Amino acid sequence: MKEKSTAKVLSQQEIAPRIYDLWLETALAAQAKPGQFIGVYPGNAATLLPRPISICEVNGERTALRIVYRIAGKGTAEFSALRENDRVDILGTLGNGFPLEEGRGKHCFLIGGGIGVPPILQLAKKLEGDKAIILGYRDGNLFLAEDFAKYGQVYVATEDGSEGTKGNVLDTIAENALEADIIYACGPMPMLRAVKQYAAERGIRAYISLEEHMACGVGACLGCVVKTKEANPHSHVHNARICTDGPVFDAEEVDI
Amino acid sequence: MDTQVNIAGVTLKNPVMTGSGTFGSGMEYSEFVDLNCLGAVVTKGVANVPWPGNPTPRVAEVYGGMLNAIGLQNPGIDVFLERDIPFLKQYDTKIIVNICGKTEEDYLEVVEKLADEPAVALLEINVSCPNVKEGAIAFGQKADALYHITGQIRKKARQPIIMKLSPNVTDIAEMARAAEAAGADALSLINTLTGMKIDIHRRCFALANKTGGMSGPAIKPVAVRMVYQAAHAVKLPVIGMGGIATAEDAIEFILAGATAVSIGAMNFVDPYTTVKVIRGIEDYMRTYNVENITDLIGAVE
Repeated sequence: MKEKSTAKVLSQQEIAPRIYDLWLETALAAQAKPGQFIGVYPGNAATLLPRPISICEVNGERTALRIVYRIAGKGTAEFSALRENDRVDILGTLGNGFPLEEGRGKHCFLIGGGIGVPPILQLAKKLEGDKAIILGYRDGNLFLAEDFAKYGQVYVATEDGSEGTKGNVLDTIAENALEADIIYACGPMPMLRAVKQYAAERGIRAYISLEEHMACGVGACLGCVVKTKEANPHSHVHNARICTDGPVFDAEEVDI
Repeated sequence: MDTQVNIAGVTLKNPVMTGSGTFGSGMEYSEFVDLNCLGAVVTKGVANVPWPGNPTPRVAEVYGGMLNAIGLQNPGIDVFLERDIPFLKQYDTKIIVNICGKTEEDYLEVVEKLADEPAVALLEINVSCPNVKEGAIAFGQKADALYHITGQIRKKARQPIIMKLSPNVTDIAEMARAAEAAGADALSLINTLTGMKIDIHRRCFALANKTGGMSGPAIKPVAVRMVYQAAHAVKLPVIGMGGIATAEDAIEFILAGATAVSIGAMNFVDPYTTVKVIRGIEDYMRTYNVENITDLIGAVE
């Protein structure tokens, strides 16, 4: 059940330049699934809309959510000033999440690029399969990379070559001669396009998590659509709502 | 205390409804609010055939509001009749269907398909969407075009028709009078104000459509002024909207001359806004010993 409610800040720290790691105490944690997101509200009448931010992790007691976000504008800049015991309004939990059953017992690639790395963490925790975790970063600020180690083999690519493979996530896959039956990915659009093509060439399924500017987050405003191969059963046109039909889509079904 | 209002012979249990396009067809928000509490649900605009809408980005935030250029994406009237109307019929609220079109024939086709649907209490005719290039707004920005299409729809419609007016005109009173003269049963206003936002870092438009319709609390004073002017130009009931966030905002519109009000963009900000506004109106009536909400309509001095 979706709801708007007030969460309590448990902790926040900057884990890389302009990248923040925020733990929120909220009852919504009990229903959170890997790949879902929440809307976080700035406390300012000039910036009204909730900011869609993916769920990075849920604590063991399912009483708190972790979000890791980059400062992208006024709203996220405001969030970065939140301190322990501050209150913040959130809307959630939103979106479909990654399909866990599909990967059970299979060789899985879990691919995160840049600020697309965070939602892969809770997925790595919950997915029961043989996991190769492939993380792409711009430089040597490998935020969250250490958190992944206990859930699978971690491979890193950096654009500047300061850590791991110099290049992108697909370069790491090639360099290490990795293979998979199924892919889960979240990251910038050029990476997702490359992942879609990689999967299509090998005839394997890829689930990719998309983002788009949103207003409502609950499927009403039709602001955040992605073009689809087939007519969508809800919209009856070749558009799906990223907030509710997604954000996770079978790469084959979306035209990106 | 009586919160009932009457729009063209249709009694609403209270004056609070939803702004077209901000509430889907009710389904998406039924998880948050009890639709039985609402005076009416105004649906997302529906055309004779499915419309794919505009490319993304379709929405952008602006100071105290937002811009949208959805382009009236909708599944078409046939799906709407099979899926959305039966859903809304489960609730004790009035159903107002918003209709969009690119040509006169488009509008009339939808109007005719709704004629045998008694569950639909009122039709709201969107002649004022700023985001659809062909037609649509052309009907809403010239008094003679508005007069013509209102008259054509009035002839075919079984239900009372609400003409939704554009604020992007020189003289709103003239537009209101044209709709009234052609047989409109009620007016609603304002639709969004045409706006633009530029991303200075990328040096590009924030919306793929370049321009979009502005809504949200920042437009409220403009909307109150136009509702006042329209309500004083005609005898028709007026549904006021534009940036309503609280019961105080809603009362302001009613005092300006609105018989009912719609909550639009604020549904996106707080999905419980409609219900909070209804409760707040009741509180206001208690505080000021208002027995009948209709006593407040146009009561500004």
